[in-house]
Amino acid sequence: MTLETQTFTITRADLVRYAEASGDHNPIHQDDAVATSVGLPGVIAHGMYTMALAASAVAAWFPGAEVVSFGCKFTHPVVVPAEGGVEIEVAGETRSVEDGLTTVALTVTCGGQKVLGMPKAVLRVPADD
Amino acid sequence: MFRPMPVDQSLVGRAFPPTQPHEVTEAAVREFVAATAGAYDGGAAPATYPIVLAFDAMNAFLEAESVDLFRIVHGEQRFSYERPVVPGDVLTATLTVTSLRQIAGNDIIGTTSEITDDSGALVCTTSATLVHRGAGS
Repeated sequence: MTLETQTFTITRADLVRYAEASGDHNPIHQDDAVATSVGLPGVIAHGMYTMALAASAVAAWFPGAEVVSFGCKFTHPVVVPAEGGVEIEVAGETRSVEDGLTTVALTVTCGGQKVLGMPKAVLRVPADD
Repeated sequence: MFRPMPVDQSLVGRAFPPTQPHEVTEAAVREFVAATAGAYDGGAAPATYPIVLAFDAMNAFLEAESVDLFRIVHGEQRFSYERPVVPGDVLTATLTVTSLRQIAGNDIIGTTSEITDDSGALVCTTSATLVHRGAGS
């Protein structure tokens, strides 16, 4: 089953807020000079921020579901401009439902480019009343 | 040109001391949800909330090994949960270095953090691959 794609806009202010909430104050997510000094194209979103947005999409698709496992690779950086923001799209598909567990395969893209590698969540979805 | 030292191969298999207990407050969960475009219904913390603990453990590891955080890029993250994290939990993370490879001047560091509650029960196991952008990158 294909789930309805969700779109999120990421701004530099979002990265500052996520850094506070998560404790990840790596300056490559705040400071262009530091980011470019280690070979990045500029300030990038925390991979975990993109993953957290994907988790929020999953939570919106499956309210009340318990997440049993969740994982991905960070295959392409999400570059966040100093002004305005950048959009990411989270698409999802239910792959299997067995033994009470629902497997959701995600596709997370930025400008058509996949940014997460094989993101997958396994959920225990409450039975309908 | 400054060339950071590669990470010491003897680290593989080493477990670092548990992090200080972290109390999961409802306020912290609410802020994490708000910061990640979620909607909070008063129940469990979001799926990636345990990164707060894992990141704490990773920071302690990087400091102990004199690795600069700004040279770290995240390669992979996996969580498997024994149960959801809920407000009121008091959690600690214990990080073990599970693998270490050098590719093109970068260290590829595999870690696993076990997150336990104050009864000692396992709540979540999370593994991370960290790319230390070192000499030559």
